[in-house]
Amino acid sequence: MDISAFVLFWAAIFTSNILLTNFLGMCSYLSVSREIDSAMGLGLAVIFVLTITSALNWVVYHYLLVPFGIVYLQYIIFIVVIAAFVQFLELLIERYAPALYYSLGIFLPLITVNCAILGVSLFMVIRSYSFIQSVAFGAGSGIGWLLAILMLAGLRRKLKEKLIPIGLRGAGISLIITGIMALGFIGFSGIVQVQ
Amino acid sequence: MFLRIIQDIALMSSVGVVLAFVMVIAQRWLSNYGELTININSKKDLTVTGGSSLLSSLGEKQIFIPSACGGRGSCGACKCKVNEGGGPLLPTEKPYLSKSEIDGNVRLACQVKVKSDIKIEIPDSIFNIRRFHSEIVEIIDYTYDIKGITFKLLNGETIDFKAGQYVQLETQPYAKVKQSVMRAYSISSKPEINDSIQLIIRLVPEGICTTWVHNHLKQGDKVNFTGPYGDFYLRDTDADILFVAGGSGKAPIKSMLEHLKVVGTQRKMSYFFGARTTKDLYLTEEMQSYEKHFQDFHYIPVLSHPEADDNWEGRTGFVMPYFKEAIRDPKNTEAYLCGSPGMIAGVTKSLVEDYGLSADKIYYDSFG
Repeated sequence: MDISAFVLFWAAIFTSNILLTNFLGMCSYLSVSREIDSAMGLGLAVIFVLTITSALNWVVYHYLLVPFGIVYLQYIIFIVVIAAFVQFLELLIERYAPALYYSLGIFLPLITVNCAILGVSLFMVIRSYSFIQSVAFGAGSGIGWLLAILMLAGLRRKLKEKLIPIGLRGAGISLIITGIMALGFIGFSGIVQVQ
Repeated sequence: MFLRIIQDIALMSSVGVVLAFVMVIAQRWLSNYGELTININSKKDLTVTGGSSLLSSLGEKQIFIPSACGGRGSCGACKCKVNEGGGPLLPTEKPYLSKSEIDGNVRLACQVKVKSDIKIEIPDSIFNIRRFHSEIVEIIDYTYDIKGITFKLLNGETIDFKAGQYVQLETQPYAKVKQSVMRAYSISSKPEINDSIQLIIRLVPEGICTTWVHNHLKQGDKVNFTGPYGDFYLRDTDADILFVAGGSGKAPIKSMLEHLKVVGTQRKMSYFFGARTTKDLYLTEEMQSYEKHFQDFHYIPVLSHPEADDNWEGRTGFVMPYFKEAIRDPKNTEAYLCGSPGMIAGVTKSLVEDYGLSADKIYYDSFG
């Protein structure tokens, strides 16, 4: 792949937004988008985790999995690296940003099983990105995820006063909104293609 | 092939080991809050290692805040005032605190972590709470499901408590129960005996502690408990007394009566004991002997479901209608209730609404 890392970074935010085009990371997206503050906190944590774990997993993949021929173990190893890093991040946030720690609550450890995180590590392997490309793609995907959850949180705040059919309240209307947002993001797709 | 499998497993494990090692280092470094000070009631300063919960930090310093669940945040018993340094109120605490408690800085000690210097307020009586080591010296079967167990304190220790207070028994792992839990039981012996205590424990089906006590404990076993806890104790006044307690709720009342027998009293007293059938009655002779001993004491058992072959000629149904025999002067009557939350709510309502007792003279110990 010879796309520049800079292009990849912007592409990850807009044209191939991890959430709106691949629909990865939906569970925390739907449940933490009730308030803008916690959505922002979780989004920043996801950016951080995505950037660092894509770098870590790139190193692990190219210097451990490939040389020793254990690429078939990539799923397990990637998840273990992500889990350890999230645990580390949890300690860090608990120590230095207790307010954020309490507002994220259970969703912080749940970043471990956020599909977007593993998804980025796997895309990076499938699309044979270089180290710089991987980091740019990870950071871009994180920002894209933050953008998507912030938009949904903003919209959901407005929805509170609106009359919505009972059956659609909560996750139902959020998924419809997400679908419309995804359609809107197709508008970016002419700019650059990375798939 | 075989070698290949071994090599892959080794690689996989070494990744795990390296990460675990990194985590241990990170934990050491990030969760190390150093030496911190817990200030109690603006009088006493304790120096503790930060990072653990307030409940366990105090426990290490031999200050025991009552807790039934052992710090898992499921009983809400370990309330204490944290005036400074407790951090924000957690979602795990909210369900257990009332609005006025939240405004008054009340927190659950098991959820508050000591991460900075902290200022707390606890009742002075908590300083009296200690952890005791004991040996079981006697087990009496009072009924088919109620046992009286006497614990002799070891190492020459003595316990100083008020009649009506309770202790928390620490269970030990048995059979399939792997963890240790703490459960509260009222002391049924009199405070004048300070080198041993008796507890009255009813078998609760599936109960972790009561099953352990009933089916696994025997004479000579060593058991630890903490105490004494609670503000359910006999007030030193001249008011008439109404005791209401059924089942193992007789324990604190027995302690109060034995204590009154030692110190002597002129107070007019009645004890309503609610039970289902005659099989649930116990210590009846002891209670009847008090009727002779005290100037004015009546023991009134009431059966809710007497069976035909019980030949029961006493009172039946609920206890509430019979209070009118006992209450002479509602404004000068104290009530001591011990039993299930439902029974306490019902009796309190009846005493206040039907008999005109004032709510602040109704003392109770509720089995949570």
